[in-house]
Amino acid sequence: MMTKIILPELGEGITKATIACWHAKLGEDIVVGQEICEAVTDKASFVIEAPVSGKLKSILVKDGEEALIGSVLGIIE
Amino acid sequence: MKQNIVVEDWGLVNYADAYERQKICVQNVVEGAGDHLILCEHPAVLTLGRMTKPESLLYQRQEIAERGVMVTNVDRGGDVTLHAPGQLIVYPIFNLYNYGKDLKIYMEKLQEVAVDLLRNFGILAISVPGKRGVFVGPDKIISIGVGVRKWVTYHGLGINVNTDLSLFNLIKPCGLNVRMTSMQKLKGHAILMKDVKTKVIELFQKYFYPSI
Repeated sequence: MMTKIILPELGEGITKATIACWHAKLGEDIVVGQEICEAVTDKASFVIEAPVSGKLKSILVKDGEEALIGSVLGIIE
Repeated sequence: MKQNIVVEDWGLVNYADAYERQKICVQNVVEGAGDHLILCEHPAVLTLGRMTKPESLLYQRQEIAERGVMVTNVDRGGDVTLHAPGQLIVYPIFNLYNYGKDLKIYMEKLQEVAVDLLRNFGILAISVPGKRGVFVGPDKIISIGVGVRKWVTYHGLGINVNTDLSLFNLIKPCGLNVRMTSMQKLKGHAILMKDVKTKVIELFQKYFYPSI
């Protein structure tokens, strides 16, 4: 089963964030709750955790790239 | 339900040690402990965030070390920041589940605390749209940098109370061409750190725990 890693709502008026870095590597086995990447807004940095356990199958927003709130950052299988 | 705020004064503490203690505190708050407000100062140190540009350090690391300033990489976003004695560091370890899980509201409250603090010492400061931190005219006096893990905050405010401002000549603070100032410089005399700490605690209580 594939699970999307979503950039969560961070607050009213915050529409996008930059992915500062991925802590998890492509293909890595990760466990639910593991800190997998960090999003940075002009307000703060926010650690994003794995929603499920599995293998990090794809990274759709790379280090330094911007993403809209609600968009898919990567996929865990 | 919000519990009363727990205040801890760590005194002068090495940046790296304080960071480790913060992480433990964050975990405790994640597991249900009450919000913590940590106050401390750090020995002179340049902290390099993940987005530090090479040109933000204006001297070689060896020259910086000869000034008695440590350099350390940190796992936060942002560019280079300086901490030194005389700068009051405030680390609110707050559970944002109690504040609607809204980073924007949290950051706005931090800015309000910062501006109100300075007003209490007769300094008229402003927040500049699009810029983090608090300014007096064009000069930055309070830096703000926040991290969030499991909706619990860490890092916080760096308030230049009696900071040796010449140390900022080593860097472009936060990667910006901004001049730093301090409460001491603006008032023309040193400010009692204990007075600032007392007011910081009072204001966090006022803005984050108005009903307690």
